[in-house]
Amino acid sequence: MKKIINVENLIKRYKKAENNAVDDISFYVEEGALFSLLGPNGAGKTTTLSILTTTLAKTSGKVTIVGFDLDKNAHDIRRNIGVIFQNPSLDLNLTAEENVRIHVILYGIYPFRPTFQLMPEKYKRKVQELSSILGIEKEIFKPIKTFSGGMKRKLEIVRSLTHEPKVLFLDEPTTGLDPLSRKNLWEYLMDVKKKQKTTIFLTTHYLDEAEEADYICIVNRGKIISRGTPREIKQNLIDEYIMIDAKDREKLTKELSRREIVFSLKGPFKIDLKNRTVHEVVREIETPLTRVSTHTPSLEEAYLEIISQSDSSS
Amino acid sequence: MNEITAILGIGYRDVLKLFRDKPRIFASLIFPIVFIGALGGSLQANWGSQTGYNLLAFVFTGVFGQTLFQSTASGIISLVEDRANDFSQEMFVAPVSRYSIIFGKIFGETLVSFSQAIAILVFGVIIGVDISVYQILLWIPTAFFICFLGGSFGLVVLANLNTERTANQIFPFLIFPQFFLAGVFSPIKELPWYLFILSRLSPMTYAVDFARGIFYAGKPEYTKIVLHSPLFNLCIMGIFFTVFMIVGTYLFVKNERNK
Repeated sequence: MKKIINVENLIKRYKKAENNAVDDISFYVEEGALFSLLGPNGAGKTTTLSILTTTLAKTSGKVTIVGFDLDKNAHDIRRNIGVIFQNPSLDLNLTAEENVRIHVILYGIYPFRPTFQLMPEKYKRKVQELSSILGIEKEIFKPIKTFSGGMKRKLEIVRSLTHEPKVLFLDEPTTGLDPLSRKNLWEYLMDVKKKQKTTIFLTTHYLDEAEEADYICIVNRGKIISRGTPREIKQNLIDEYIMIDAKDREKLTKELSRREIVFSLKGPFKIDLKNRTVHEVVREIETPLTRVSTHTPSLEEAYLEIISQSDSSS
Repeated sequence: MNEITAILGIGYRDVLKLFRDKPRIFASLIFPIVFIGALGGSLQANWGSQTGYNLLAFVFTGVFGQTLFQSTASGIISLVEDRANDFSQEMFVAPVSRYSIIFGKIFGETLVSFSQAIAILVFGVIIGVDISVYQILLWIPTAFFICFLGGSFGLVVLANLNTERTANQIFPFLIFPQFFLAGVFSPIKELPWYLFILSRLSPMTYAVDFARGIFYAGKPEYTKIVLHSPLFNLCIMGIFFTVFMIVGTYLFVKNERNK
């Protein structure tokens, strides 16, 4: 897969700050992937995203996006990216259509016209299409003040896709949304990724969102402290295990010892799977079991473990 | 071409925003009208006969220049709060140069200020200020020059302020003294030396005097009221504008990314 974002030894130190907000991080994002930068508040996620989206100057390091060097071709990078900010960037005094119109004018997709009626037919069709995606055919010409939080976020995403960006940057896009709006928005994003093959760069502190990512970098205090697919991150840190129990615990204890199956606790017994399947382990045991339960680690457990390790080592 | 389209789009947004924001329209009109009606009216009634010229017209012309200057300047300064909150974030990640964003903003705020200028003119005519159609036509380009100067002044202030709070604290200190130094409400032909220096350093002085120079051209009060010829004022305004734009844009673009 082609690298669409490449970051090498990126450092950002704010003026008058004693520590680096982003501290020598390197990573890359493959084209078409959903990449997630995960970390607690103040970890350096938004700083990294601001640098990649050209709104903040880096202290040092090398960044290329869609093949363009950040230092030399920031303008070309801007043309190829879409950004959804932490704070909504819609103009609440304007209608949904006016927000979209000013966006396409800024990106030079269509010429400036003061009214919708004077805009080219192609633009009008596009707006109708967008309004039907959002289900706001009736509200498209009304000020967006009345839109729900989830609807505004969706409008921002739809608007940011009008110039067909190759990379969509999302800075904690679901913060402040109710669970249903979050779910709807997330489903919509997954649909965009699937249909338009857009690379998505997501910063979040919601672990269930990061779980959907193709690749995750966990950052804390400006450094990348763990990276990999969600599965790799979980496996590297938290072992999968099963809990078993039997009516005759003494017999089961003897059998486990005889078969050299490592276990802990006195009953129920905890057995680490260590790359074996549940079936492989259970098949070896002849003592009738009264309980078999599996424990699959969640990303949340891994994340908490990684962050606590990082905090205690610094 | 894209840059021109972007400038038009940014400017258009400011105008649309103004027309949607009724409290803002009301607030932007009430002060000039109070200044002209209440202050100008009372000054004329009490001291008009002693000064040898109409103080209502004097305040009217002063407020006209001051309003255009201040409105455009404060509109540019609104970028401080805008850039962290709303659509301006969108502008800063668009493939548009920072210079176009600034020009677009100045253009938009100039159009916004024009709506105030029209209201002031209408109000002036209603309360009996003697102004001809010819003078009104001459004031159209005059207003543009004043707005551009105000916009560039706003840009220099903006470039040095990082937060909305700082902008709200500092801007009144930079703008209100200029009301008096520029002679918006009171004559500044005669001033103590220290006020004279400050007055001539104030950009608003030239904006207000330029508006008055055009208004009073050919009238007997001209020499009593106008400080400099319109051409002189225009030259000084041009110098201020050029310096403010170069310094302001450089600092703004630099500070915007180097945090």
